Formats: sequence, structure tokens, C-alpha cells
Amino acid sequence: MITFLSNLVIPALVLMIVIHGLSKKVDIYDVFVEGSKESFEMILSMFPCLLGMIFGINIFIKSGLLEFCFSFLNPLLTMIKMPIEVLTMALMRPISGSSTLAILNNVFTASGPDSFVGRLASVIQGSTDTTLYILTLYFGSIGIKKTRYALKAGLFADIIGIIASIIVVTLFFG
Amino acid sequence: MVNKIWGGFIISGILFCIITGKLELLNTVILESTKESFDMILKIFPVMALWLGIMNIATVSGLLRKLATRLSKFLKVLFPEIPAGHEAFSYIASNIVVNMFGLGNAATPFGLKAMKALQSLNHKKDTASRSMITFLVLNTSGMTIIPTTIISLRMLHGSVKPMEIVFPCILATLTATIAGLMIDRILARRHRHDHLSI
Repeated sequence: MITFLSNLVIPALVLMIVIHGLSKKVDIYDVFVEGSKESFEMILSMFPCLLGMIFGINIFIKSGLLEFCFSFLNPLLTMIKMPIEVLTMALMRPISGSSTLAILNNVFTASGPDSFVGRLASVIQGSTDTTLYILTLYFGSIGIKKTRYALKAGLFADIIGIIASIIVVTLFFG
Repeated sequence: MVNKIWGGFIISGILFCIITGKLELLNTVILESTKESFDMILKIFPVMALWLGIMNIATVSGLLRKLATRLSKFLKVLFPEIPAGHEAFSYIASNIVVNMFGLGNAATPFGLKAMKALQSLNHKKDTASRSMITFLVLNTSGMTIIPTTIISLRMLHGSVKPMEIVFPCILATLTATIAGLMIDRILARRHRHDHLSI
């Protein structure tokens, strides 16, 4: 049912827009092409920002520095029953969407999606977003250079999301 | 802050690779970043072109304006600086709805249009306005009600109850969103002098 609804959103939206456009006698095809052209300009201003971010993030993540630091924490983590993957995921979440999805996949393969870790990782993934990516993309596309407190606020929301995930999953499934 | 984080990533990453003798890997990573970002742009580009086209129909036909007038009442609370009935409201609303269904890819073009609309109201074009940051916080706190990708990944791994995480997800997202909006307001007040008007 929910999958059906989810699959319906986009087609319904397109249908509504096209029917409304025709009923208002808009030259819908020409208008579509005209609007679509705007994407060139947006992509051009986005690319340098995206490239820079991916460059910096990749060097950091692939260097293995994070895993190295965590290997010292491992005994402490096993003591409080916090799996190391979850911590890596929590720290990675705001930086890289593809890395966290890969971690989620690994957790599912190693412990199964219905294990405590599997559920926790699922909820963390679902209740947060890749803040740095969104910031880069959204501000890059309109040429904002001074982002003020945006990153601070975004990261704060991520941290609260992760803490809330741990609490909620422990209450529900713990 | 972004400058420092970016520099920190690069410096710590490169130094760690030098210490652990992973120079070969480092060189591959540096080269592959260009390819990865190009692939990503190639993936976003057509999706964006499609939605910007479809949204333009909605703009010209007046559908977006209608939606904006209806939703401005609710969104006005979060974005008091946007004038009633402004097109920014409809882009923000569309972005939120599509995000709720976990369709992040389709949500991005709406988000970008919303940012562009907010930029037209912004007085300092190189500085983020308060509304922009509020909108960004809404986006980064997830907003997802049905995390489509996660559910399908759980199914793929043979979960007995792939949907059981939906309600916990909503609770955690809601907490993050409320906390995010609260810190956004607090920080906005503290920073109100570095960006006059909006």
C-alpha cells in the first residue's frame, strides 16, 4: 500500500501539471523546453562546488583515518554494546551519502536487517541526510559564498537525529 | 567553517596516507574524484532538466501560484520573511512533499528552485539569508516519512518486517527537525547583525 502510494506521487504530479497546463491553454511543450534550458546554467554553477567537495571528502574517507581512530575505541564500544559500524556511520552520515549506504549494506550482510544493529543503522540512515552535500549543492547553485551558521545548524540536526535514532530504536526493539 | 573543514579533510587525509605509506591509493583517489563528480553531475543533470521543464509548465499555467497561496499560511510560520503567495512557498512545499516519500533525487530540483526564489528576495547575493538556512535545515534533518531506499534494501537482504523501521524513523526525523528548527532560530538571533534585513 505504502509502496503503491510512493510510486504514485511522481506520475500523479506530472499528470496534474500537464492537465492543468492544457486546461489553461499553455503551450506546454514549448514551455517545458524553455524551463528545461535553465538546468544548464544551474549545473554549470554547481559542478565546481561538487567537484571540490567530492575531492576533499574522498581523500579523507579513503585514507582510512577514521577507521584508524576508531580501532582504539573498539574495546570501549564493545563494553557499552555499541557496534563500531554504527559509530562510523553516524560520523560519515553528514559527509557522504554513498559511504553510509555502503556501510548500511555491510551491516545488513553481516548482522541481518532484523538485528538490533541492522534496525539502528536503518533508522539512522532514514532520519538524517547528507548535510554537506545538500549545502554544497543548494548554495553552490545560486552562488552563495558566505554560508553563515548554516553548517552548524545542519550538523546539529544530524547529531540530534542520530541520538534520537539510538534512543527510539532501543525503546522499540531493545 | 566550510573552508576549515575542507582544508582539514585534505590535510589530515594526505598526511595519514603518507604516514601509512598509501601513496599509490592516494593518487588513485585524487584522480578518481574528478570522474566521480562528473558522473554525479551527469546523473543529476537530466533529472534536473526534466523537472525544471515540468515545473515551468506549472509556473506558466498558474498552478504553482495557486499552491503557493494555499500553503503560505502554514509555511509563513517557518519563513516569515517570504511575502504571502510568493512562488518560493510552492517550491518549498513541493520539495517537502517529494522528500517525505523518500524520493530525494526528484526533490533536489524543487529545492534548487526554492533556493533560487529565495535568492531573488535576498539583499546580499553572496551571503545566505535566514530563510535559506531554515530551508536547508529542513532538508538536512531528513523529512522522510517513507524511506523508500532503506525499505527496498531491507527487503533485498531478506528482512522479515522491512517496514518495521518506518515509525521509529518518523519519530527520530521529527525530533531532528524540531531540534534543527530550534537551533536555527537561536543561531539566527545570534547572527542577526551580520546580515541586515532578511
